[in-house]
Amino acid sequence: MSQQTTVHDPRGYPPKVVGKRLAPRLSTLDGKTIYLVDCLFDNTDVFMEQLRQWFVERLPAVSVRTIRPKETWSDDAEMRAAIAADGDGAILGVGL
Amino acid sequence: MHTHVFQRLCKATALSMGMPRLRQAYVPQPVVDRSAADLRGYIEGQDPVSKQPFMQEVLNGLLSPLDEADLQGLTFERTTPRLVEPDSEDNLQRLFEENHWTDMLPIVLPTEARVEAMLKGTSHAADTIVGRLRPTAFREFWEFTVEKVAVNAVMAGARPEYFPVILALASSGISARSSSTNSFATITLVNGPIRNEIAMSSGIGVMGPYNHANATIGRAFGLLSQNLQGGSVPDDTYMGSLGNWYAYTAVLPEAEERSPWQPLHVQKGFKPTDSVASIFFGGWYTHAGYGPRATWQEKMRRSLAAVEQYSPPLFVMDPIVARGFVDLGFDTKEKLIAWCADNALMTAREYWDNQWIQYLMRPRAVAGVEPYASRFTAKPDEVIKIFEPSEINIVVAGGETQGAWKMISGSLRATVSIDAWR
Repeated sequence: MSQQTTVHDPRGYPPKVVGKRLAPRLSTLDGKTIYLVDCLFDNTDVFMEQLRQWFVERLPAVSVRTIRPKETWSDDAEMRAAIAADGDGAILGVGL
Repeated sequence: MHTHVFQRLCKATALSMGMPRLRQAYVPQPVVDRSAADLRGYIEGQDPVSKQPFMQEVLNGLLSPLDEADLQGLTFERTTPRLVEPDSEDNLQRLFEENHWTDMLPIVLPTEARVEAMLKGTSHAADTIVGRLRPTAFREFWEFTVEKVAVNAVMAGARPEYFPVILALASSGISARSSSTNSFATITLVNGPIRNEIAMSSGIGVMGPYNHANATIGRAFGLLSQNLQGGSVPDDTYMGSLGNWYAYTAVLPEAEERSPWQPLHVQKGFKPTDSVASIFFGGWYTHAGYGPRATWQEKMRRSLAAVEQYSPPLFVMDPIVARGFVDLGFDTKEKLIAWCADNALMTAREYWDNQWIQYLMRPRAVAGVEPYASRFTAKPDEVIKIFEPSEINIVVAGGETQGAWKMISGSLRATVSIDAWR
């Protein structure tokens, strides 16, 4: 039997994961305002415009507004407040 | 909404944020460079992950009722042990590799005796918190102690006398294992007396595998970054499309004694007698040249025009090159940097036709932040300056066997005291 060696674990210490409840879902989209949050990746504006047009054509009873954060990779509190004040839901996207 | 190649990362991130049931929908990769018609096709097509219509997934995300698990989220503790279960050396090497705790080269196993010896390289207690790291801005920070850094330093093959440099790098908050799709690496410059105290080499082969301290300090920075931040695993905590050979090890000391210019740490406000590490984030492009010869300006302009415009250049110049520039009247680094900033040029059309300039700089330009706002309002064919002098750096190193220089993508992210970790 080969000799047993004891070594250290090289990993750091992860933070505790704290559960967050999801926001309440809507019972209908009719008459609701949905924000499309453009996360600013290149060409996301084109994607979001196509998504907005999809809603206009297919679900005209939904009011759809596009919104963008002020900075890349930042939590824009003003943007979140605007969505909370006027919106009923939000769709965030999209990556590379 | 995400592109499908980020599926695993998106789920892992949602889990670590306590929302494993976060509603997510996917379109095919890529979105970049696709036409409006292509993207409309994505929207009207199938989610490549769920195999359901994409818009059905989006609408379900907005409308489908929540259950008890959705309302609670998920709370749990995660721990990592101090020691691994005893085993044979061969099995432990395999375990470390399979767990992605290595850079896929054999490591020095971090036995208790070796870690204890490494800890003698600093006056700081083993349980001192050194800092926090994460692979990218939207992941959670992991924390670590002096002992955990020592473990990774041992694995890299470093010696205890190098440990203050390694602790300084660990404390910087900069990860050498960014998960960016750009495959960024870090390049570290060491200045001050410690260069000679630990026998680093700024001479022949300074950027190659020829000096123990240079090589193992750089390797330690990579290993500690991946292990102390929660991993650097492809498709999960690493998304670099091409990867980066600089990530194996990239540390060099400045040849202060042979340079005609002020060393970088003094440029940044430290005393010559301070020992300091400067961390550059990049390693994406590398250009090279000689001289300065009669046509140096043309060569330099071509190199500066060929950069990735979101990542400013770090010049590494052999002392022969540096002295050549002094002979041409550039008796300070700042004068040569000013010339480079004046001659790093491209049309506004080309500048803005870059996905990372669009992503990173455009929001600032739209908000009126200079110099991006002026670049944004320039006419497409107008030639604009693409870097500020403060973004360009020059260091002197090399063996004087040839008047060679390299220009490497590298934005200076941190300059940290090594003396604080002695």
